[in-house]
Amino acid sequence: MSRQIRRIGVVLALMLVALLVNITVIQVVLARDYRERPGNQRLLLAEYDRERGPILVGANPAARSVETGNTLRYLRTYDDGPLYAPITGFYSLIYGATGLERTENRVLTGKSDLFFVDRLSQLFAGRQAVGGAVTTTIFPAAQEAAFKGLKGKVGAVFAIEPSTGRILASVQSPSFDPNLLTSQDPEAIRAYYEVLKSDPAKPLLNRPIVALNPPGSTFKIVTAAAALASGLYTPDSILPGPASYRLPLSTSELNNWNRKECGPDGKVTLKQALAISCNTAFAWLGVQLGDEALRKQAELMGFDTSFQIPLKAATSRFPAELDAPQTALSAIGQFEVRATAMQMAMVGAAIGNNGVTMQPYLVQEVRGPDLAILQTTEPTRFADAMTPLNAAQLTEMMVNVVENGTGSNAQISGVRVAGKTGTAETDNERPAVAWFVAFAPAKSPKVAVAVVIEESGATEISGNGLAAPIAREVMKAVLR
Amino acid sequence: MSVGSPQVARRQPSRRSAELLLLGCAWSLGVLSTLQVGWATGEGTPSRLWVTVGVVGALALVMHLVVRLKARYADPVLLPVATLLTILGLVMIYRIDVASAQRAERNSAPQPTPDVYAQLTWFAIAVVLFVAVLILVNDHRRLQRYTYSFGLLGLILLVLPLAPIIGTTVNGATLWVRIGGFSFQPAEAAKILLTLFFAGYLVVKRDSLALVRSKFLGLGFPQIRDLGPLIIAWVVSLGVLVFERDLGTSLLFFGLFITMLYIATQRRSWLILGSIFFTIGALLAYQFFEHVRNRVSVWLDPWSYADTSGYQIVQSLYGFANGGIMGAGLGQGFPNFVPFANTDFIVAAIGEELGLTGMFALLLLYAVLIERGLRTAVSVRDSFGQLLAAGLSITLALQVFVIVGGVTRLIPLTGLTTPFLSYGGSSLVANWVIVALLLRISDRARRPEIYQIDADDALTQVVRRL
Repeated sequence: MSRQIRRIGVVLALMLVALLVNITVIQVVLARDYRERPGNQRLLLAEYDRERGPILVGANPAARSVETGNTLRYLRTYDDGPLYAPITGFYSLIYGATGLERTENRVLTGKSDLFFVDRLSQLFAGRQAVGGAVTTTIFPAAQEAAFKGLKGKVGAVFAIEPSTGRILASVQSPSFDPNLLTSQDPEAIRAYYEVLKSDPAKPLLNRPIVALNPPGSTFKIVTAAAALASGLYTPDSILPGPASYRLPLSTSELNNWNRKECGPDGKVTLKQALAISCNTAFAWLGVQLGDEALRKQAELMGFDTSFQIPLKAATSRFPAELDAPQTALSAIGQFEVRATAMQMAMVGAAIGNNGVTMQPYLVQEVRGPDLAILQTTEPTRFADAMTPLNAAQLTEMMVNVVENGTGSNAQISGVRVAGKTGTAETDNERPAVAWFVAFAPAKSPKVAVAVVIEESGATEISGNGLAAPIAREVMKAVLR
Repeated sequence: MSVGSPQVARRQPSRRSAELLLLGCAWSLGVLSTLQVGWATGEGTPSRLWVTVGVVGALALVMHLVVRLKARYADPVLLPVATLLTILGLVMIYRIDVASAQRAERNSAPQPTPDVYAQLTWFAIAVVLFVAVLILVNDHRRLQRYTYSFGLLGLILLVLPLAPIIGTTVNGATLWVRIGGFSFQPAEAAKILLTLFFAGYLVVKRDSLALVRSKFLGLGFPQIRDLGPLIIAWVVSLGVLVFERDLGTSLLFFGLFITMLYIATQRRSWLILGSIFFTIGALLAYQFFEHVRNRVSVWLDPWSYADTSGYQIVQSLYGFANGGIMGAGLGQGFPNFVPFANTDFIVAAIGEELGLTGMFALLLLYAVLIERGLRTAVSVRDSFGQLLAAGLSITLALQVFVIVGGVTRLIPLTGLTTPFLSYGGSSLVANWVIVALLLRISDRARRPEIYQIDADDALTQVVRRL
């Protein structure tokens, strides 16, 4: 009988293996699928059961967990949802997380290594981790001013403190309401998400740091910086500025926006060329400097680098290997030059900061559940883009743009503002993109800002008309 | 043993100290996990913690001492493993009590009575029976005398829930008996009595049942006349299924009978015949009974019944998925989302909070228990003991497979308790009686037949008559 008992033992062992395999399949292979099934409330509950740390703007939370008193204990709430959406992102159980909700998730859930001591005691108690807080660098008044200015338009605003790289504002339009993606009603979340996804204006796009547009004439400040860096040009150097410029090696003609000569006898100083945004002079200048010099200058200001602020920004591009006509077009921010609002704000900030490009950052501090500061972000130098002298000269040229040139709408009484307008052709189907890049005060600026308007419904599209007033309000908000 | 100069029997170590050490480990694990449940759920250190763990420790100690006195050579692993499983069950029942209490508080509903103290009382009763078995049954072979009494009693208990007045139907299955305020599941006791009956009956009848009268496909098949017992077992199993609607018990009895028949007769043809009968029975049941059909369709596609009859199994699967590899952690899952979390679905709660890791540990504990039982069966010298130990181990194994397989959707769900873990007295007491019987048999199996009174005085030997 022993042999039979052993055989039965083998059969029972096989049954055990079947159980183990089946459980492994459920808990490892199918677990993800089961967790995400629409009827499964556990994930929802587990997430809503813990208090997630707040994302602070100044002293106020832009995102916080509110106790609800029902089965879903905490609800993620955004007090000014659309205003701060490009910063906080959303935290949805169905669609995951974006923005700081995503990048700072470990801090907000309390799982970061920074909370080692807290974690240790929680581990022993088997308790849930308590979330830490993230303090942003955002300057609420600037954020609000930009949001107000963009209302009804499609575009983005990005503002930086030039001396540190702290991000003061990051605003987009259209925006979305993250509250509607974190509600406790999965059907409503899905419905809202579908609406957002099908919107041609792409409200879910983090426009200030992700949308790439040709920078147009605002790129002329990069070209001007390259010209000063070459040592061959000063602000007073005389450049040819005819009404139209035949691109080298081609039959194409490049015109000034008003189809007029930039100065008497088609001659213009560098300073004046910037003030009136003379295309022909800068195209010529670009060809003289060569694509290498332009690329080098652009890269020192942040082009061709992917930044994580800690949100991942799109990489602004200065194209590689250009021939002469392409270089001419690139020098005025056309052809395949592409920049985010963040990138152009960095260009302005670098010039204002004595030529030093700073790494932009959004997280000022990480705080523990008891609000003790656990980590502070220190400003980091990205590159020396210009000599202080050249930076000062370029600043004066940009002040001239605002005071005597195309950027008059950015004037603030009592403050010297440096700026540059831009209007960039994209393609025939989309209207031109209006830009404004500025910083103020001209000497040791407190704020550098870039405004990009992709659509406004206006018939007359100009950087001065559409973008400069918004830049002015943002700067005023910071300087106030 | 060598023949010649003074025989020195190898002194068999009793391993009782190892047993005590393992019991201590099981108890400590229980204390730690109870504390973790308390802290993780925010209840703090459980009230009456020291009384509870003290009682559990005392019960374990009593069992150990009785084994030490009454079954000195018994297997040292059986008792600690069964105790650990019982403790794990108590911890999970406490965990689910806390969850129910917190839910009631949130919904401003009246506080439910905690189940853990009732279960602890049942554990105490189980220990009393455990001790009684070890003391009263000095030699398991004596049980063979009562073969037919056990058989009759087992059969009566099996059909008792059908009796008027005392029989009670709960959740569609008629497997409860209620007398006064006291209710129990007679099938749990019947399972032991019928194993005793099968063992005693088959030991006597196995020669005739093993006789080959006809050959078919190279296998010897018994005479039609000898099919009697098989048909009776089959009919009784079907009867349980039809009249008590208890799929699990029905499956358990038939499986137990077939395997014991196979072991006793050493004829594979019985397994084949049994499988044929099982298939016919299953097909008939599927054809004629709505509740069987329903179980099967829920098993095949629980998602379509997620809000109705498949709710339990779907919630159970969600629990397992939530647990993942490491588990949500004791006190940090949602075990009470599954209805009957502390009885049929207690394994789902463990899968959720202790994860795949915990499930592996749990199933291996059962495996160790069953393996030790089968090892006892193989090593004991008398046929009755062999059959009995094997039968009891197989009962445990089948029950674990049917319920864990059901809860994890490996096989259609059938209501059975999870041995030692589930809330419920009948089951706990019955399983502890099984452990007592296995200990008794293993004591016999491992006891040295010759032993020395004094190792130095090797000239004198005492041959102990057994």
